Amino acid sequence: MSAPTIAVLVAAVIALVLPFMLSNFRLFQFTQVFIYAIALLGLNMLTGFNGQISLGHGAFFAVGAYTGAIMMDRWNVPYGWTIPVGGLLCLIVGFLFGIPALRLEGLYLALATFALALAVPQILKYFEHWTGGSQGIVLTKPAAPFGLPLSEDQWFYFVTLVVLFVMFVLARNLLSGRIGRALVAIRDNPLAAEAMGVNKALYKSLTFGVSAAYTGVAGALSAVAIAFVAPDSFNILLSISLLTGSVIGGLASISGAIYGALFIQFVPNWAQDISKAAPWAIFGLFLIVFMYVMPYGIAGALRLVWNRLTRPQG
Amino acid sequence: MSALLSVRDVTVRFGGIIALDGVSFDMDEGLVVGLIGPNGAGKTTLFNCLSRLYTPNKGDIVFQGGSLLGRAPHEISTLGIGRTFQNLALFGTMTALQNVMVGVHGRTRSDFLSNALRLSWVRDEEEQIRSAAAELLRFLDLERVAHVPVAGLAFGTLKRVELARALASRPKLLLLDEPAGGLNHEEVGVLGTLLRSVKDQLGVTILLVEHHMNLVMQVSDRVVVLDFGRKIAEGAPVEIQRNPEVIRAYLGDAQ
Repeated sequence: MSAPTIAVLVAAVIALVLPFMLSNFRLFQFTQVFIYAIALLGLNMLTGFNGQISLGHGAFFAVGAYTGAIMMDRWNVPYGWTIPVGGLLCLIVGFLFGIPALRLEGLYLALATFALALAVPQILKYFEHWTGGSQGIVLTKPAAPFGLPLSEDQWFYFVTLVVLFVMFVLARNLLSGRIGRALVAIRDNPLAAEAMGVNKALYKSLTFGVSAAYTGVAGALSAVAIAFVAPDSFNILLSISLLTGSVIGGLASISGAIYGALFIQFVPNWAQDISKAAPWAIFGLFLIVFMYVMPYGIAGALRLVWNRLTRPQG
Repeated sequence: MSALLSVRDVTVRFGGIIALDGVSFDMDEGLVVGLIGPNGAGKTTLFNCLSRLYTPNKGDIVFQGGSLLGRAPHEISTLGIGRTFQNLALFGTMTALQNVMVGVHGRTRSDFLSNALRLSWVRDEEEQIRSAAAELLRFLDLERVAHVPVAGLAFGTLKRVELARALASRPKLLLLDEPAGGLNHEEVGVLGTLLRSVKDQLGVTILLVEHHMNLVMQVSDRVVVLDFGRKIAEGAPVEIQRNPEVIRAYLGDAQ
């Protein structure tokens, strides 16, 4: 068996055992990790594979979350439907945003997406009738169906795990074939990519759409997991956390999304444990150390270690 | 038989500078045409018009009976025109094999959704892409570096990877922008033989921009000479070598 296969199997076993070993609160944290991992995977497609920087993915996360929350709160739609609908809506919004973004490169694109992240929480407050304004929308956590002997947190942990698995398989398929190569080609050398027949404009906006869709799915899941949405949960810090997570996890790496998600979920908490007075200073310190020690992210560092271990000595 | 490529009265201006001034020539199928001229003569500008990176201010470029000027840059490869770049333009993070596989992009069809679902015809297509690329690596003696990221390869090797990538689209017309640039004497000799076999074995028509005169004269069937954006001569290599205007353009006036 190859190393990645073993790693996936081990991870799968751990993921299946965790719900029966952890408290509901700890388990909820892992559900959050999976949700972040889906969002990071989407952002990584855009930034890592395609080379478009986004500082505004928190906005798509919010669109997904509110789509789900409004559907459940207003129309009593079962939560299972909110996940694909949140994703599809973000696919469209992301694609449309991606078209004008074609004219912006590098830092200019970062600024435009930054503007999006700044605007969305306020827009949410403005449409108070739908969104509940600053108060947000309170939802109820879904119970396990068919009388399964699982707590609400255990049940939704498994739902999220299944969605995560499906999203990872789709992403791996997409990125490992002809389309994935075209995305990297655009990042590495856009002129040459076009000369090879890659429709740069279409692919870049579609990537924006798919990336937003991943983040939208994550948002819809988070609305159910937390059972509450409010505009201030989707501030600019969320967008920056997502970008941080995809860089720390490893740009242009699929498994990097998991490592990045673990980082943005747990490191801020550890920082809080270490210093109640200055948690962000500690978080910043962690960030700098990680970037120094692992310039290619956690995924890159693991690959390096694995190569050292398996390569014959001498 | 009408020409494969027909450049008709093409004029390109950048501000006040005239980079190309009413250039016309035809290319018949199955020939190697050398495009030469001193630095700044407009050779690369003409190449960039052919790949649709620039649009001429005047004139037309007709390929297989249809104008290229209404086409987007990414459609050129699918129409059957491949190119290499003067200063290498490879995809640095990819392996040699992956670079050549991107070259097949223009003649394959799968979309985002069918790739994400990895439908069975997508798997077949991927297999075809891989074997087409592997075959070209064999043809160009690059099998040894197939799985090496191109960022670490020697310059002469990279030039061949770029040629393989350009051939991967199965072009009818291949545009080569200074393929001998930066190669040593021995490598230029190998390149000459290689270009001949690309023409003879794969039946590709070649437009060759090159400063290396020995190579141009050795492999070209016809030569077009540009100077200051104008065509000053066209003919068989032997005629060009004797043409007084060409000699003047390269060496200046001997008082």
